[in-house]
Amino acid sequence: MGSQLRPMLSSDPLFVGIHTGGVWLAQRLCQQLNVATSIGTIDISFYRDDFSRVGIHPQVKASHLPEPIDDRHIILVDDVLHTGRTIRAALNEIFAYGRPRRVSLAVLVERGGRELPIQPDVVATHMELDPGEHVKLLGPEPLTLQRMERR
Amino acid sequence: MSQRDIQIDEAGNLVHFLTLEGLSRPTLVGILDLAESFVGFEAREIKKVPLLRGKTVVNLFFEPSTRTRTTFEIAAKRLSADVINMNPARMSTSKGETVLDTVRNLEAMHTDMFVVRHEFSGTAYLIACHVPPHIRIINAGDGRHAHPTQAMLDMFTIRQHKPDFANLSVAIVGDILHSRVARSQIHALNTLGVPDIRVIAPMTLLPTEVERLGVRAYTDMASGLDDVDVIVMLRLQMERMRGQLIPSEQAFFRCYGLTEDKLQQAKTDAVVMHPGPINRGLEIASSVADGPQSLILPQVTNGIAVRMAIMAQLMGGAGRKEAA
Repeated sequence: MGSQLRPMLSSDPLFVGIHTGGVWLAQRLCQQLNVATSIGTIDISFYRDDFSRVGIHPQVKASHLPEPIDDRHIILVDDVLHTGRTIRAALNEIFAYGRPRRVSLAVLVERGGRELPIQPDVVATHMELDPGEHVKLLGPEPLTLQRMERR
Repeated sequence: MSQRDIQIDEAGNLVHFLTLEGLSRPTLVGILDLAESFVGFEAREIKKVPLLRGKTVVNLFFEPSTRTRTTFEIAAKRLSADVINMNPARMSTSKGETVLDTVRNLEAMHTDMFVVRHEFSGTAYLIACHVPPHIRIINAGDGRHAHPTQAMLDMFTIRQHKPDFANLSVAIVGDILHSRVARSQIHALNTLGVPDIRVIAPMTLLPTEVERLGVRAYTDMASGLDDVDVIVMLRLQMERMRGQLIPSEQAFFRCYGLTEDKLQQAKTDAVVMHPGPINRGLEIASSVADGPQSLILPQVTNGIAVRMAIMAQLMGGAGRKEAA
């Protein structure tokens, strides 16, 4: 992912991780790329499209964007891209803070099953999973991918 | 108390917010944690989240209110709900319509949540018993009975400054008899595990057998305030008093008004709270109300985040049955 991201650094991007896996990943990427600016974090709970069905998670983590995002290039980081709904919610949340110049999407795992027209710009690996399977990032130390049957 | 049942559905979800009595510690802590994430919304360009988009919240206040009604309105609007404020003076109840008929008519306009304040204890409960299952009721104060959202914002404010509930001494001072705030606070403090809860008031303003609520009663400030961490002052509710319960306002202030002198009895880092509206020079001296230990205005600010959390908690999963 580092080599794919390096050309983007010239635009002085702001890395924004989606809780929780995306935050770990964004931190790791900034370390590897020697990016000095602190990362932003996004919790999408308030923007989920299934709120009226499943309710709210009791432990919502605060979203935090360390600096104004107007006219910034934002690199949105998440562990797994699946339906695209999380990214849709994260984009809504980001735009509640301002108007970025550009948003790129970087994910560790891209899998099939998209339900929205959302594609990543940077991908570490593609995985073919059955609909019943899912994969998530465990961390923060060490970061490992776990593949499992959906409960 | 059948009220415990009606607040929680068969699946264990909180569907109304009528009283803190019977709610578990995890439920209360969950609300406080959720409220934490609504703090600092001012930093956003857009101070709204879409959780209650398309929902209609009706503020049904049969009693006057400034803080509670306004913060409920702000909270609902920050959650993107549409808010309607009913003004009792202009309402049909003043033409003889019953409360339930008023509610049925508002229901027919496809509302989703009622925030109810009424001078009679049990009004919110009565309404909750008669609305269809998708409608949520929040009690914003009923008679002397309960004011659960106020108590929750008070717990939130206490936790910001004194996070360890298991090592707290809290004194609630003044007109305990007429105070729904005190009753809800006492339930909350007990549920959250506060070991030392005191009420301080003249005998005439203490409910009979107040100790059964899980508090210690004091009739003098000197011993009651000794070494406490939190002091909650209450308003003297003259409008609810029947007969002569205090000799005079001056005498009450002399004995029970919180002055800088009396504040010395408490711990040096004690905090002072008051649900408002405050009566300066009656239950609290201006120098204390405006002093460095006062949390009276932060309480008001916290009311928004806490009410957002309670509304989000109740409305979350409101479509669950339809979806299933």
